[in-house]
Amino acid sequence: MTSTLTLNKITAQKGISVADAAKKIADLGWNPSYVQEAMTFPTDYKITKAPKDPMKQVLRSYFPMQEEKDNRVYGALDAALRGDMFRNVEPRWVEWMKLFLAIIPFPEISAARSMAMVGRLAPGEDLRTGFTMQMVDEFRHSTIQMNLKKWYMENYIDPAGFDITEEAFGKCYATTIGRQFGEGFITGDAITSANVYLTVVAETAFTNTLFVAMPSEAARNGDYALPTVFLSVQSDESRHVGNGHSMLMSMLKEPENHLLLERDMRYAFWQNHAIVDAAIGTFIEYGTTNRDKNKESYAEMWHRWIFEDYYRTYMLPLEKYGIKIHHDDVQAAWKRITEKHYVHKIAQFFSVGWPVNFWRIEAQTDKDFEWFEHKYPGWYAQFGEYWKWYDKLSHRGQTNMLFNPDTGYVYPHRCWSSMVPCVVREDIVTDTIDGKLHTFAHELDRWTAVEAFASEYQGRPTPAMGRFSGRREWESCYHDWDLADAIQDLGFVRTDGKTLVPQPHLRFEEKEMWTLDDVRGHTIKSPLITLREMSPEQRETHLAAYRAGFTINPCN
Amino acid sequence: MTATQTAPVKSGAAGSAVFADSDSRKYRYFEPRGKRATHYEDVTVDVQPDPERYLLQDWIISFPNGRGAYSKDNTAALSSNWHLFRAPDQEWERTHYQRQSKIEAMVQAVIANGRKSGAPLHFDKAWVKVLQNHLGAWKHAEFGLGTSLMQAQRYGYTQMINNATLTNSSYKLRLAQDITLYLAEIGMDIGAFDDEAGKRTWLEDVNWQGTREAVESIMGSEDYLEQYFAINIVFEPLVGELFRSGFLMQVASPNGDFITPPVISAAEADYERNLANAIDLFHLLAHDPEHGAHNKRLFQSWLHKHVALANKASAGLQPIWSQPHSKPVQYSDARAQSVERIGKILGELGLDLPKE
Repeated sequence: MTSTLTLNKITAQKGISVADAAKKIADLGWNPSYVQEAMTFPTDYKITKAPKDPMKQVLRSYFPMQEEKDNRVYGALDAALRGDMFRNVEPRWVEWMKLFLAIIPFPEISAARSMAMVGRLAPGEDLRTGFTMQMVDEFRHSTIQMNLKKWYMENYIDPAGFDITEEAFGKCYATTIGRQFGEGFITGDAITSANVYLTVVAETAFTNTLFVAMPSEAARNGDYALPTVFLSVQSDESRHVGNGHSMLMSMLKEPENHLLLERDMRYAFWQNHAIVDAAIGTFIEYGTTNRDKNKESYAEMWHRWIFEDYYRTYMLPLEKYGIKIHHDDVQAAWKRITEKHYVHKIAQFFSVGWPVNFWRIEAQTDKDFEWFEHKYPGWYAQFGEYWKWYDKLSHRGQTNMLFNPDTGYVYPHRCWSSMVPCVVREDIVTDTIDGKLHTFAHELDRWTAVEAFASEYQGRPTPAMGRFSGRREWESCYHDWDLADAIQDLGFVRTDGKTLVPQPHLRFEEKEMWTLDDVRGHTIKSPLITLREMSPEQRETHLAAYRAGFTINPCN
Repeated sequence: MTATQTAPVKSGAAGSAVFADSDSRKYRYFEPRGKRATHYEDVTVDVQPDPERYLLQDWIISFPNGRGAYSKDNTAALSSNWHLFRAPDQEWERTHYQRQSKIEAMVQAVIANGRKSGAPLHFDKAWVKVLQNHLGAWKHAEFGLGTSLMQAQRYGYTQMINNATLTNSSYKLRLAQDITLYLAEIGMDIGAFDDEAGKRTWLEDVNWQGTREAVESIMGSEDYLEQYFAINIVFEPLVGELFRSGFLMQVASPNGDFITPPVISAAEADYERNLANAIDLFHLLAHDPEHGAHNKRLFQSWLHKHVALANKASAGLQPIWSQPHSKPVQYSDARAQSVERIGKILGELGLDLPKE
C-alpha cells in the first residue's frame, strides 16, 4: 500500500458543493401567477432586496445533525439519573426552574410561528431554508424544554408547581413578564416582532445570558440537565442570528426603513433588557447557593455578553449604515443593573409576592449577603434587612411578607409596557393612552407604549404596528379579592385542597407548609386602580413619595 | 449581618420527604386523550395558551385591528372545543428528528449506492427526460405545499394543530430538497442532463399549469385550515399520490431506474402520517356537536373548489404517462385508484366527492 492510497479515494463520489446545493434549493421558489399569496401579516417596512443565506445548510445535513445533538442530550439526562443528580442538586435552584421552564417554551414556539411571518415577507428564496430550519429548531426547543420540565417533575423532591406549569404560566403575576416577551415575537408589525425584537435583539444578544450564563450557574448548583439541554438549544441560535442579520441587512438597503429600525432597535433592546435581565438576573443571582467570589456576577456577565459583545460589535456597526443607535439607552440599562440594583429589586418583588407564585423561594442568608456585598458594594445596606424579614416571616403563623406592614416594603406599580414592576422607583413616569392613566418603569417604557406602539411614528403612518392590550396590570385582575381566594382562583393550591403550591422556604416537613388559612384575611389592591381613583393632587403626592422610595425597617 | 439559617436539605431527590403533593408527578392541567397522557401530550398540550386556557389577562399585545396573537376566526371552520385535537402521529421534536434523519440516511444511501454502481447511466433515455422535466417540475409542487404549511402553522388556535401543521411542512420541504439534490447528483452522472429544465417545465409546460394553479390556489388561501384540508384531503390523493405512487414508483423500475422509487417512497410514508392527523382533525370538526353541520357545508365548499383544481391538475398530467418507453401502468388505472382513495377519505369524514 503506498502512502497516497486512501479509502476515501476508492469510495469517494463526485458530489455537489454546499454552495451549489444551497443555490439549487433556493431556486425552488417562484413568483405565483395564478393566485397571489396574501400578505396576512403586514409590515410598515419596505423590503426589496432578497436576503442572502449566510449558513448555506440544507435539510439533508440538518436533520442528522439535530438527531445527533438530541442523542447527546437524552443520553446525558439518562446519565444524570444514573449518577443520582437529584441527590445533590440544590433545591433553591430547581425551584426557580418552575418559573423559568413555565415561561420559556411559549416564547420558543412563538419563534417557530414567527418564521411564517418573515418567510413570506423576505423576497427571494435564499433564506427560506434558513427560516425552515429555524422553525423546526424552535419546535425542538419548545418540546425539549417541556420534556426537561417533565423530567424535573418526575425526579425532584417537590414536583408541585411543575405539575401545573402551563396553566400557571397563563396566570401568575411573575410569568406575565414572559408572556409579554413571547407575544412580542408574534404580534404587531411582522418585521418589528419576528425580526428585530426576536432575532436581532433577543436571539443575538440576550440568549447569551439566557442559554449560556444560566447553564453555568445550573452546573454550580448540581444541575447538569439544564446545561445539557440549553447549551444544545444555544447551538441552534447561531443560525438564527445569521437569519436575523441577513434580513436586517436587506432592510438597511432602504433608507425609508431607517427610522423604523431606529425605533424598533430602541424598543427591542430596552424591553429585552427589562424582561430578560429581570428574570435571568434573579435566577442567576438569587437561585444559586454558590457564592464563589471568583465567579462573575450577573452584572459582569452582562458587561461581557451585552455591552462588549452585542453593543460594541453588533449594534455600533449599524451606525455606518445610517441607523441612529441610542448609546444612552445601553448606558441607562447598564446603570440600572449596577448602580440602581435592578436585579436585586426584582428579586425583592418576586419574593415579596411569594403567595401568588407557584414555586418556593428561600431566604438569602449570611453567606449570600457576603457575596452580594462583595460583588455589589452597598447591597447589604439596601437589601440585608429585607431578606432577614423574609426569613423571619417564612414561618407559618407570621403575617406573610406581601401584607406585613412591619417590613416597610412598599408594593410597586406595574410597568404598562414591559409588565415588570417599576422597581427603580425614582424613574417611574405616567402617561395616558386613550384617556386612561398608566404607569411606566422608565421614560423609555412610556415611549414604547405611547409613541412606538401607535398608528403613527414621528409623522409617519405605521398602520401595521401592534398595540398593548388586555388586562395588562396583573393586580387589577384580583383587585379587592382576598389573598386566599385569589390563590385558589389561580389554582396554586396542592391537591389536598389547602396547602399552597408556593412556600417561602425550602423546608419539606408537612407542618412547615403554609395553607390557605395562613394567608386568608388580606385584601389585594391594584396600585393602578388605586392611583386612578386618587385626585390629581393626591396622585402627585403619592408619586413623589413613590419616587422617594422606601426604607426597610430593622428586623430584630 | 445575621439571618437564621434554614434547615439543610439532605437530598433533592424524589421521595426523600413526604408532604402534600410530593407524589404529584404528572401534569395535571389537561385531560389526556386516553387513560394516561402520552409523551407527545405532555410536551405539547397548552404550550400555546389562549384566553380559555389559561390567559388570565387575555392577550396582552394585539394587532392594530384589535385581534390577539391567535384568533379562532383565522379559519371559517368552527369548533366547540379547539383544544380536543391530538395528532395521531404523536410527533414531538425527538421523534421528528429521528424520522427525518432516518429518511435522509436512507435516501442518501440509496442514491450513493446507485451512483456507485453506475445505475443512472443505465436509466432509459426517455425516462431520463421524464425525471429531468417532470420529477424536476414536481419538486416545485412539493415546495409550494411546504411553504403553504409553513405559513399555516402560524394561525391555528392550539399548539396541537399548529405543531401537526409544522411537521407536515417540514416533511414537504425535506422532500422538495431531497428531489432537488437527487436530480442534481444523478445529473452529474448522466450526460447532457439539464438541471434547470424542471423549473421551466413547472412554469411553462402546459401539462403542468393545472398543477401549478392548484398549488398556487392553496398558497394563496388565507384560511389555514383550508390550506391543510386542500393539501391532505384533496391534493395529495388526487394529484400527489397519483403522480408519486401512480406514476414514479411504478414506472421507474421498468425503465431501469431503481433509485427514484425509494427516494419518493419516503413521501408516501410521510403522507400516511399527515393524512391520519388531518382526518382526525377534520373528523372532529365535521362531527362537532354544535358546529358539525356548518363545518360539513364549509368542507363541501372547499371540496368543490379544490377537487375541481385537482382534477384539472390530474388531467393535465395525463400525457406524462405516455412518455416513458416502458409503460407498465395506465393513467386511467392510477386515476381510478386515486379517486377511490379520496372516496375512502371523504367517507371517513362523512363528506361527498363533488361530481366532475
